[in-house]
Amino acid sequence: MIAAVGLLIGVLLGLILQPEVPIWLEPYLPIAVVAALDAVFGALRAFLDGIFDDKVFVVSFVSNVLIAAIIVYLGDKLGVGGQLSTGVIVVLGIRIFSNVAAIRRHIFHA
Amino acid sequence: MTDQPTPAPKQPTPAPPTPPAPLPPSDGRARLLAALRRPGSRGQAAAAVLLAILGFAAVTQVKANGKDDQYVGARQGDLVQYINNLSLASQRTEAEIARLQQTRDALRSDTRSRRTALERARQQADTLGILAGTVPVVGSGVRVTVTDEKGGVGSNQLLEGLEELRDAGAEAIELNNRVRVVAQTSLKDVDGGVMVDGTVLRAPYVIEAIGSPHDLATALDFKGGFIDEVQRADVDGTVQVQESDKVEISTVVEPAAPQYAQPGATG
Repeated sequence: MIAAVGLLIGVLLGLILQPEVPIWLEPYLPIAVVAALDAVFGALRAFLDGIFDDKVFVVSFVSNVLIAAIIVYLGDKLGVGGQLSTGVIVVLGIRIFSNVAAIRRHIFHA
Repeated sequence: MTDQPTPAPKQPTPAPPTPPAPLPPSDGRARLLAALRRPGSRGQAAAAVLLAILGFAAVTQVKANGKDDQYVGARQGDLVQYINNLSLASQRTEAEIARLQQTRDALRSDTRSRRTALERARQQADTLGILAGTVPVVGSGVRVTVTDEKGGVGSNQLLEGLEELRDAGAEAIELNNRVRVVAQTSLKDVDGGVMVDGTVLRAPYVIEAIGSPHDLATALDFKGGFIDEVQRADVDGTVQVQESDKVEISTVVEPAAPQYAQPGATG
């Protein structure tokens, strides 16, 4: 309940405040959002599995975001930023799909 | 990356997320519904904070993505690619401009040359019209009046006069304001006058000629010339030459289409 409310509050805050994205954050924010999504879906799956742990969730969320940002940064420095971003997105996308499949099995039993 | 779905060693037994739950539901769906129904625990609060951050960041990113154009935050390589594409496009466009300008210049010079040709054709038509007598003309020249009391002036005298005027550069000649003298003009003596191109003229004859007035007047007046010829004893006419700045020749002839002669290269 509180988690859903928190998500709602975050979305509303973003809609109301309409903040400018700082220029140094521009390349990292999209990847960070996708990485956080991956962590959230993983947490939801763990919750449905009955093995949810808030500490694990927080750590996985933060580390996902950080590692995604580091990979993008490193890619930019190495001159393969675009390709590496694509790779990260692909990997995270695959994980999100598999997590969502597990969630679906839990919720719809199908 | 840490992986949420596989923290199995950490929590071997499925611990319910809500410890105070009296009957921990074993089913995932039931657990989710139960969690949604209750306000939640410490774990839910942490999740709420992170989800709020995620929602905020996602909305911000969506907004920024929709608002900003593609160049803000683009990587250096992408920017270089954009610049290359743009410069290629501008090169193509410049080539197109040059091609169109060439076409325009060609069309313009075409028009100009056509206009020049038309101008020249018109000038030539004017010149030929004056020579052939198909257009009325005006200019400086002489008016020669030949009076003939005794009927002695005939085609011989007039023909000599016309030839001398032509010799002196007359450009257009008219007789009695009725007949234009052209290349095909013929003179013939008839009773009481001269027939010129089918028109009978009677004295006094008025020859109007356009050319240099002085030259024309001089040409008529030399020893044994036209004036002498007309004022000879057996002809006994009088000649009056009047130089004028404005001689008007209004009669024209219909251009006769040549029936036998054809333009052709000779020799």
